[in-house]
Amino acid sequence: MHIPDGYLGPATSGVMYAVMLPVWAVASKIVKKTLKAKQVPLLAIGAAFSFVIMMFNVPIPGGTTGHAVGSVLVAILLGPWAACIAVTVALVVQALLFGDGGITAIGANCFNMAFVEVFVGYYLYKLISGSSLVISGRRVIAAGIAGYVAINVAAFSAAIMFGIQPLLHKTVNGQSLYCPYGFNVAIPTMLGEHILIFGWVEAVVTALVIKYLQKQDPALLGYGTQP
Amino acid sequence: MKTTTKLWIGIGVLILLSPLGLILPAYFKAGDAWGEWGTDAFKELVGYIPKGLEKLSSLWSAPIPDYAFKGWEEKGLAGLSLAYIASAIIGILAVACIIFLIGKFLTKKD
Repeated sequence: MHIPDGYLGPATSGVMYAVMLPVWAVASKIVKKTLKAKQVPLLAIGAAFSFVIMMFNVPIPGGTTGHAVGSVLVAILLGPWAACIAVTVALVVQALLFGDGGITAIGANCFNMAFVEVFVGYYLYKLISGSSLVISGRRVIAAGIAGYVAINVAAFSAAIMFGIQPLLHKTVNGQSLYCPYGFNVAIPTMLGEHILIFGWVEAVVTALVIKYLQKQDPALLGYGTQP
Repeated sequence: MKTTTKLWIGIGVLILLSPLGLILPAYFKAGDAWGEWGTDAFKELVGYIPKGLEKLSSLWSAPIPDYAFKGWEEKGLAGLSLAYIASAIIGILAVACIIFLIGKFLTKKD
């Protein structure tokens, strides 16, 4: 889901940066108010987890690859705004040092994975968890469903960005200037592979870590619950 | 042992296992992620290289492109795996440093 440089035209890249700048500003403001100094190590672990889990490319035999993102897990532990910052840092390092995701597409990639996935996942987790105890099995299920749905919504959002390019940018002879695939290819492909394979990877990873933390240190799962 | 220590150990295990993200796709003959092809692939995919895409794609040359070291191509999957692990360590150090730096500015003291 890391859109490289050149796949999106300047209009899309620009709009996505313009959307993300205020999001990052609000995230900084809210995190400054709510994040405690002793939570910073956990934030670093969350960003590191997101970074490394994205390196686990899962193959579709004979086809393409994809991976989990880890956004929903970080959002459950530290809240959506802190998670937005953590995943943004992971994505920026991936783009700058490793060329994974484009420089011009940082706004777009952060919109999909550090904003859309984070917030969809977080609120779905909250909704399904309800007022259940932090150690309840319902929260493990909630984490899995939230991971599955959120990565699919993020993949859909990426597919829209890919798919709109042929509509926006064409040369006089009909060739595309940027991503050549329209909605009819981008949406079924991106959604299909995430619904069938990569969504399940995200679901299992998210649910397993929540399950582990319920046993290991339930106090970490208290974000957003009544004390 | 503190939970954060255990979680860092978990990250360490993931770093060591990360070459699976390279080896499994190679074993199952899976190519690039959809929408993440190199420019050359477009000739085969759609018959031409989109002009704007070609221009923008070389905008940035990352120091460790695709988590691999330049000149290690002939070392095969073992060499690539080693570079992958090294990349994971470098990347995570960078990520952690930035977060601790951000944490210095963005947290309240209590």
